[in-house]
Amino acid sequence: MIDKSNENNDLMINRSLNRDTYWPTTLLMSLAALICCSCTSDNSQSKRSQKDLLVYCSEGSPDSFNPQLVTSGTSYDATANIIYNQLVTYKPGTTEIAPSLAESWEISADGLRYTFNLRDDVPFHGSQIFTPSRTLNADDVLFSFNRQRLSDHPYHGISGGRYPYFTAQSMGQLIKDIRKTGEHQVEFVLTRPESPFLSILATPFASILSAEYAKQLNRLRQPEWIDSKPIGTGPFRFERYEPDAYIRYKRFDDYFSANKRVKNLVFAITPDAAMRFARFSAGECDVMSYPLPVHLRVAQKNDLEVVQTPGLNVAYWAFNTEKPPFHDAKVRQALTMAVDREAILQTVYDRQATQATNPIPPSSWAYNNSISKVTYSKRKAMELLKEAGYENGFSIDIWAMPIQRAYNPNARKMAEMIQQDLADINVDARIITYEWGTFLSRLSQGLHHSVLLGWNADNADPNNFFSPLLSCNSAISGNNYAKWCNNQFDELILKGRTSSEQDERKQYYLKAQEIFKREAPWLTIAHANNSVLVQPEVSGMMVSPIGNINFEGVTLEQPSVDSGTQGVTP
Amino acid sequence: MFATLLKQLSTLVISLLGLTVLTFILSLQSETPVHQFQSDHVVVQYFEYLQFLLNGDWGTSSIHKRSVLKDFLQHFPATIELIVFAMVLAVTAGLGLGILASTRRGGWLDNTLMTSSLVGYSMPIFWWGMLLVLLFSLTLGWTPVAGRIDFAYDIEPYTRFMLIDTLLHHNQYGFAAFLNALHHLILPAVTLSTIPMAIVARMTRSSLLAVLKSEYIRTARSKGISKQRIIWVHALRNALQPILTIGGVQISIIMSGVIITEYIFAWPGIGKWLLEAVSRRDFATIQGGVLALSIIVIAFNLALDFIGIYLNPRLRRPS
Repeated sequence: MIDKSNENNDLMINRSLNRDTYWPTTLLMSLAALICCSCTSDNSQSKRSQKDLLVYCSEGSPDSFNPQLVTSGTSYDATANIIYNQLVTYKPGTTEIAPSLAESWEISADGLRYTFNLRDDVPFHGSQIFTPSRTLNADDVLFSFNRQRLSDHPYHGISGGRYPYFTAQSMGQLIKDIRKTGEHQVEFVLTRPESPFLSILATPFASILSAEYAKQLNRLRQPEWIDSKPIGTGPFRFERYEPDAYIRYKRFDDYFSANKRVKNLVFAITPDAAMRFARFSAGECDVMSYPLPVHLRVAQKNDLEVVQTPGLNVAYWAFNTEKPPFHDAKVRQALTMAVDREAILQTVYDRQATQATNPIPPSSWAYNNSISKVTYSKRKAMELLKEAGYENGFSIDIWAMPIQRAYNPNARKMAEMIQQDLADINVDARIITYEWGTFLSRLSQGLHHSVLLGWNADNADPNNFFSPLLSCNSAISGNNYAKWCNNQFDELILKGRTSSEQDERKQYYLKAQEIFKREAPWLTIAHANNSVLVQPEVSGMMVSPIGNINFEGVTLEQPSVDSGTQGVTP
Repeated sequence: MFATLLKQLSTLVISLLGLTVLTFILSLQSETPVHQFQSDHVVVQYFEYLQFLLNGDWGTSSIHKRSVLKDFLQHFPATIELIVFAMVLAVTAGLGLGILASTRRGGWLDNTLMTSSLVGYSMPIFWWGMLLVLLFSLTLGWTPVAGRIDFAYDIEPYTRFMLIDTLLHHNQYGFAAFLNALHHLILPAVTLSTIPMAIVARMTRSSLLAVLKSEYIRTARSKGISKQRIIWVHALRNALQPILTIGGVQISIIMSGVIITEYIFAWPGIGKWLLEAVSRRDFATIQGGVLALSIIVIAFNLALDFIGIYLNPRLRRPS
């Protein structure tokens, strides 16, 4: 096909050259011909699989190669599960804690001491400037945490000296001390019992860096290289970063886990979503991050693989329980029945979300499966309102958050749809929205009747939903915009937070969710999905509910040459 | 001639100073100060700022903590590569098409060329680039969608000019990597060159037509000199003068064009770097980037002025 077009070009040139010859034109055309010679569509995809190279079209440049210094998901993606490991990790695709650098741990009866037994066979990456002389030990764990924790630590002030995630989670107040109790054993001493602590240690900021590398860089007088020329224990080692262009990783062959991995991994930085999808469609990348709903629809139509899971987030409509008529649980329940959430999922989320039943998403280990979802029935809603003495209806405000988030892409549209539904049961709703800062400060003052909001969890522990959003404390100062304080519920989530046995914790949370459903301080609307697009030759790709990308266990199928040889052998 | 040169140079210095005043005011507005000044007085601070700039301290990005000047130099080769390639394309194609049109004045070729150049000239570059990607990359599959080279080639960035770096990796990949880089360059360069190409073609045509009407051409023709020789030897040199002047104005169009083109094609140059900085409120980078880009535009115009003086003997002597 390409050859044909070249012929046409030649014909055209010949015709124009009939009368006089013009060398610039000839030059131009021969340039075009040269260009088209080089554009014989080489199958870059098969070329890549020969080299065992996986290209991931990512959405932006990382701010740093040390996840301790940043809070952006893009930076976490490029580091946390690629270059580094944490003491503990999540089982792939779930929110359950699994061993990683620590092969086992003990928690003291009072919940204040966590003792981790480290693996003794974990090598660090090497580079041109660093050859590790030893495997991972307790010093590396101490170095990684003390750099963030102690302001007099020699590395504390390097690269700006700010540790936003560590600070935001008040880890400084929570961790009293970290002790080396053996060559491969560390003990964390906490100031108060905190069961989500293991989940917190699985987040990117808790990545383990090499203390030996830090020492080596000190000798070279280049301590800040620790954050730009990273050394970790992870499945891939960092090779090169060209800002705004790509990040290149190589498989770390001495990795402590036997999980299969590709030999070469490249993050192709492509911020524009349309362009990212174009690259993916043209086969320039194997995995594409953050597809838009329209891309997912196209992909599904063309039988491309979409890997997705409900993210650790929730969109909800909270009723201000301090304001009548919402002090009455019956009224709240009535309104939850009156809203057609299927329509919202269709219109606002373009089907890229899961309808929410509980405040936590189904991927959480504490999720209560036995709670059935609220059935949409305007007749039942009317009956309930009548029981509560509001058969003539009333009027309320719906505050709609003014900004877009993946978990709530268009609160305004959502509010309009709810408004329509409420009109059918004689409830007159007025939609209100302010600039984001004003919106939040007025919400905190409790000036609203009801509000459409959402939440994205920081870590996978269920407590990260219950405590900040629904506890009595958070009703006074925090994100509990339903201003809902139920003592029984509060007691349950406090127990859930402080007891250390997961099975025991689960029982508390299951019960708490039942109370939540009965009392209906919110209408839970949706959990937006985390999704990536994947080419057919990629296998083993999983998306975590927490959202950070992971290429452990991801492989490329070998090119069809293999099947050919198989065909030859009888 | 020296007077002209001096005049040009002084304009350069004055516009550069004006520029630094602007970026200095911008830096005063930023949330996080780019430089730490010793003095409290704004005027003294300005001179401190100039000193920082001259010492190569253009500030540090508030987002990723890299030096702005270093970052700029790292991104610049990609942009130069794209601009040079696009300019070569625009000038050769533009000149060629302009000459072709002028020799067939009023014919169907002339009309087609002029109409399509008008279309090319008025094309919003963002839309045009997307359209080219849609046609050539996605529908026909002739060109890659984005990036500078296929990642199957692991190219160590020695010079950061991809065409040069790929040649330096000749031992490893032969010419395959070079051709692949060239292949990646085509679509962005075509996108970027469309508007200047249209302008050059139109300018060449009208300028050449004007020159061809003049007395000395008629004399040459009456002497029996061939049509080609008349155009190439006698007419074109004089017709080039106004084209060069217009070329100077083009650089600002090219600069704004290159920002958009780089964004569309994920081309890791200055444009993408600056847009990223704007979207993340990285004031130090915006400030340094704007300053550097403006310096380039000014310097380019100055260089063109000199070439213009060289080409036109009448300008060499002050009147």
